[in-house]
Amino acid sequence: MTDQDGYNLRLYVAGQTPKSIAAIANLKKLCDQHLNGRYEIEIIDLMKNPALAQRHQIIAIPTLIRQLPEPLKRIIGDLSNPEKVLVGLDIQPT
Amino acid sequence: MKSDTRAKAAYRSVPVIEKSPTGIVGLDEITYGGLPKGRPTLLCGSAGCGKTLFSMTFLYNGAVKYGEPGVFIAFEERPEELIKNVGSLRYDVQTLMDEKKLAIDYVHIDPNQIDESGEYDLEGLFIRLGFAIDSVGAKRVVIDTVETLFGGLKNQLVLRSELRRLFNWLKEKGVTAIITGERGDGSLTRYGLEEYVADCVILLDNRVEDQLSTRRLRLVKYRGSAHGTNEYPFIIDEQGITVMPITSSGLAHDASTERVSSGIADLDAMLGGNGYFKGSSILVSGMPGSGKSTAAAHFANSICASGKRCIYFAMEESPQQIIRNMRAVGIDLKKWVDKKLLKFSARRPNLYGLETHLAAMHRDVSDFDPAGVVVDPMSSLMGAGLAGDVHSMILRLVDFLKTRGITALFTNLGLGSAETTTTQMQVSSLMDTWLLLYNRESNGEHNRQLYVLKSRGMAHSNQIREFILSSDGIKLREAYIGPEGVLTGSARLAQEAKDRAAQLTRQQEIERRSREVERKRREITGQIADLQAQLANEEHLREQVVEFEDRFAADRIAMGLSRQAQTANSDAISARKAPKARSEKK
Repeated sequence: MTDQDGYNLRLYVAGQTPKSIAAIANLKKLCDQHLNGRYEIEIIDLMKNPALAQRHQIIAIPTLIRQLPEPLKRIIGDLSNPEKVLVGLDIQPT
Repeated sequence: MKSDTRAKAAYRSVPVIEKSPTGIVGLDEITYGGLPKGRPTLLCGSAGCGKTLFSMTFLYNGAVKYGEPGVFIAFEERPEELIKNVGSLRYDVQTLMDEKKLAIDYVHIDPNQIDESGEYDLEGLFIRLGFAIDSVGAKRVVIDTVETLFGGLKNQLVLRSELRRLFNWLKEKGVTAIITGERGDGSLTRYGLEEYVADCVILLDNRVEDQLSTRRLRLVKYRGSAHGTNEYPFIIDEQGITVMPITSSGLAHDASTERVSSGIADLDAMLGGNGYFKGSSILVSGMPGSGKSTAAAHFANSICASGKRCIYFAMEESPQQIIRNMRAVGIDLKKWVDKKLLKFSARRPNLYGLETHLAAMHRDVSDFDPAGVVVDPMSSLMGAGLAGDVHSMILRLVDFLKTRGITALFTNLGLGSAETTTTQMQVSSLMDTWLLLYNRESNGEHNRQLYVLKSRGMAHSNQIREFILSSDGIKLREAYIGPEGVLTGSARLAQEAKDRAAQLTRQQEIERRSREVERKRREITGQIADLQAQLANEEHLREQVVEFEDRFAADRIAMGLSRQAQTANSDAISARKAPKARSEKK
């Protein structure tokens, strides 16, 4: 695993809502299945850090942002549709 | 009386909607105080009709005038663009942001960047909004325009329920909000935002008629409050936004008996000696070059000379040109401009639509508070709209000026006879005083003439006067009525010369006669003196004779006495003889 092909993902949630919890679980599951350790997930709770919502242009919750590799990609929703997430993050299913 | 006060008290206890003033001139009047406080208001209109400026004005005034900080959620413009755009209205948004009185949050949505997978909500937007509100302690919020979300997010069901939640949330927060929305076909907004915002809906409109656009505002609804229902024109310029509640056609204005000088002494004399009535409307109509503007300048000059303010709405000439031209007839308008008593407001008639003209005049008058107004020429407004519209506009302008007690002078250019051109606009009936100026051709010259066609409420002259533009203004001459009508120009001069000659002859005749009489008087006086001297002489002679006779009689008595022998007879004889002796002497 190198930094170039590693995935840097940020998940923005707002408190412990069912959608947030589902999103976190769905993301972890998906990454474990397809990224095989080549990933980093940062979970940001906007309830605790509301200023980041403006800085990172977050409207919908949950929002997943692929920081790396470039380009930046956004997926909104609780990530309950794995195919869409994979397409959205540009991940080749293994 | 008692029941009346009780009713009043009961009325007062009824909760009424609190209002949040917008600080926009005119809008607070038609909403009776502003937007509903603590509730969202929908501001809709098509592109470019001023929604963003309108809502920014609301925030800016809130922060500057009413101590209510605000938040601007911009979906369409970046903060730096927004700040620049409203800088044209001299709104210093940056400073307000630095002072934490205003916050701008730019919400960027790029539909190409967003994929959707599963359920989501717009909690992020709520968090941002909440954060922005808390950061400045906002009382006012603008969301411009939330509809952008419809383009960015695919799940319309979620979006609609979230919008409903957003508006409720804003209400709970107790902020006064403006939500802008793009005008849709056949509905107020493209995405039916009016379903959610039900308290107050304002519609902005920018209509183009005859290539001239007029901005208009209408209060579609205002729940729980009385409000003006008409379409009100509004203008956006460097002084901000001004809404003009100009539809009143009240006839309740006071009629003053005070007089205002026309600035032309001779004309004042024709108008019963004192000039126009204060607060009346004066129409000066005439052909090109008949001196309308000069009459108007005289009026403006006289208003300023009395220490009052005057606005000169110039439709065809620039202020500098008017000042120069009037200097030629001895009227120094520059001096009044410098003293800030005279304000020129020069606008081409086709610069914008009639309503906007009216709105601009309205605002100028409200700001400057003049005692007199000149519209020169009113007829050029014909170019800015249809005849009916012009009439309605002039009517409202006249009404407005009258209610304020402002004396207004309108000039009107007519090419044909004055009567027919003015009735085009049918404004003559609105006017209290109508002066007709014309150029009459006679003996190979054009000469100016003036007469007072009507002047309500005063005895006025019925004469046609020749008027002369001299180097110290307009002079009115007594008209000469000759065998072929009124004599003007050189014909009048000739007549005057003839008159002078005749008068000279008469004068000389009088002098000759006087001399003759004087001579005769001296002659007769001399004769009288002669005769009197003669008479005196005669008188004198007679007195001498009488004296002599008396002495003679006395002598005879003395003689008789000395003889001592006189009988009574001889006494009688002597008495008889005495008159004989007297007659012998003669």
